Amino acid sequence: MENSLEEKHRDKNGWAIDADPKNDPTYPMKKRSNEEHKGYTWERPTQQFVDVEVLHSNERPNITAVFGTSTPPSGLSGMIRRKAFEYSENHYGHWLPLILADRINVVEGIVDDLKRGHIPNIFAERGWNAEWKYNRKAALTKIAVGLALTAVLVLKISKKSK
Amino acid sequence: MLATNYRGPFRIRVDQKPYPEILHPDDAIVRVTRSCICGSDLHLYGGLVPDTRVGMTFGHEFIGVVEDIGPGVTKLKVGDHVMVPFNIACGKCAFCKQELYGNCHESNPQATAVGGIFGYSHTAGGYDGGQAEYVRVPYANVGPTVIPDGMDPDDAVLLTDVVPTAYQAAEMAGIQKGDTVVIFGAGPIGIMAAKCSWLFGAGRVIVIDHLEYRLEFARNYADCEAYNFRSLEDPVVFIKKTTDWMGADVCIDAVGGDAAGNTMQTITGRKMLLQAGSATALHWAINAVKKGGIVSIVGVYGPTDNLVPIGNVVNKGITIRANQASVKRLLPKMIEHVQAGRLNPKGIITHRIPLEEAADAYHIFSAKLDNCIKPILIPPAARL
Repeated sequence: MENSLEEKHRDKNGWAIDADPKNDPTYPMKKRSNEEHKGYTWERPTQQFVDVEVLHSNERPNITAVFGTSTPPSGLSGMIRRKAFEYSENHYGHWLPLILADRINVVEGIVDDLKRGHIPNIFAERGWNAEWKYNRKAALTKIAVGLALTAVLVLKISKKSK
Repeated sequence: MLATNYRGPFRIRVDQKPYPEILHPDDAIVRVTRSCICGSDLHLYGGLVPDTRVGMTFGHEFIGVVEDIGPGVTKLKVGDHVMVPFNIACGKCAFCKQELYGNCHESNPQATAVGGIFGYSHTAGGYDGGQAEYVRVPYANVGPTVIPDGMDPDDAVLLTDVVPTAYQAAEMAGIQKGDTVVIFGAGPIGIMAAKCSWLFGAGRVIVIDHLEYRLEFARNYADCEAYNFRSLEDPVVFIKKTTDWMGADVCIDAVGGDAAGNTMQTITGRKMLLQAGSATALHWAINAVKKGGIVSIVGVYGPTDNLVPIGNVVNKGITIRANQASVKRLLPKMIEHVQAGRLNPKGIITHRIPLEEAADAYHIFSAKLDNCIKPILIPPAARL
């Protein structure tokens, strides 16, 4: 490798004359062998069978040998995610739609719960048992504010309907 | 099986989900005996990480018993009790071959900037995580390591992320004997990084945070100085003053995008998501380190952009080093430090909570209730 490099660059006066292996800011995280200089040439692990939709970054040529199968894209959020993956990780067009899709996915999650006959206990999901146990004053304040806002809203609606 | 089920920002529950299956010859199925909630899980929990899909199971710090293995698994056998590094690494790609196991190129199709991580959104590969009774573990010949005889499982579970991450933060910082090390963040990683800094010969270790109970914990656990930035007029000026106006030799950002302390950063980074999290800790680290100093980042930020004083990085000649911890590379040394009594990981565990109560555990950790430092979740079978 080294010899072929030297061979390749022998017409460049001074090539690598100041190279210093100790000047390696990646030490000790990386056992430098410059493997990546060879490109995408390693013996790839066996490919996991692709039986779910896997979106992959357009900064790589393929799907990795293994991948997660949790929650494949679906619904409106899935459509947005597919569009987002047309853009690279270098692009806001990738990340901002993904954040939008995440928020839409929350609504889809509630709809899915209801379709399955499950009414999500949002208070329990937000850890309100712990809030009540360890932070009761704040919990009571939040409840009071919530009740007050609801009362105002109800009053306004009832006035309008009259 | 029981597993956490993300439902949206600040909403999580535990549901019955299908058992994981062997999907690749090198897979193992692990019955979880301990899993932690990591500070970085709070970024997911708060909806800060793009492509965090509803229905996912979180959890990247876990240990468990091997229940099943694929035909290609030769280094584990059914019944082994293993630590599973949070990074999913193939061991064959150009990056793994150079021990950059956190940067594997064969485990995350969705992004090239990070390797696969258990239970950490589709931006990190879309794997279900270990806050469950069972979990699929890919590349089982590479990452999982049998827990040594006599090691407490509570110690072992913290070797899958917290301890190696904190150690690597100190390692990347290139700490030399006598150096003053300033660590921003007194969460589990910051506290452990303070402890690890002494292993490299630090002369002085200072931790900065705003939660008094955590500062007190850091003082006691890591034998370091600890200061509340809310009681300092300006933490950077404080660091300068206390280092004879030179600045710290080394600053470690152990907070990431959740940082408090700067209203503008909080609003744009955490509330409006105009940045990839609030970069307050990194901002302070860059400005508090001395000229020619080193800033080591292990705090987690999102993949977009952050406002940091990059001009000062240039003008001060600062070296910035950062990475996800390479757990597999560091595990042998971490095991040695634990067995020799130099590190006591389980000393940071403050809450042992049944898996079924994960929603409360997340809230306790996120809202810093009940003096929480580090919560672990214990599945029903592991409580027997």
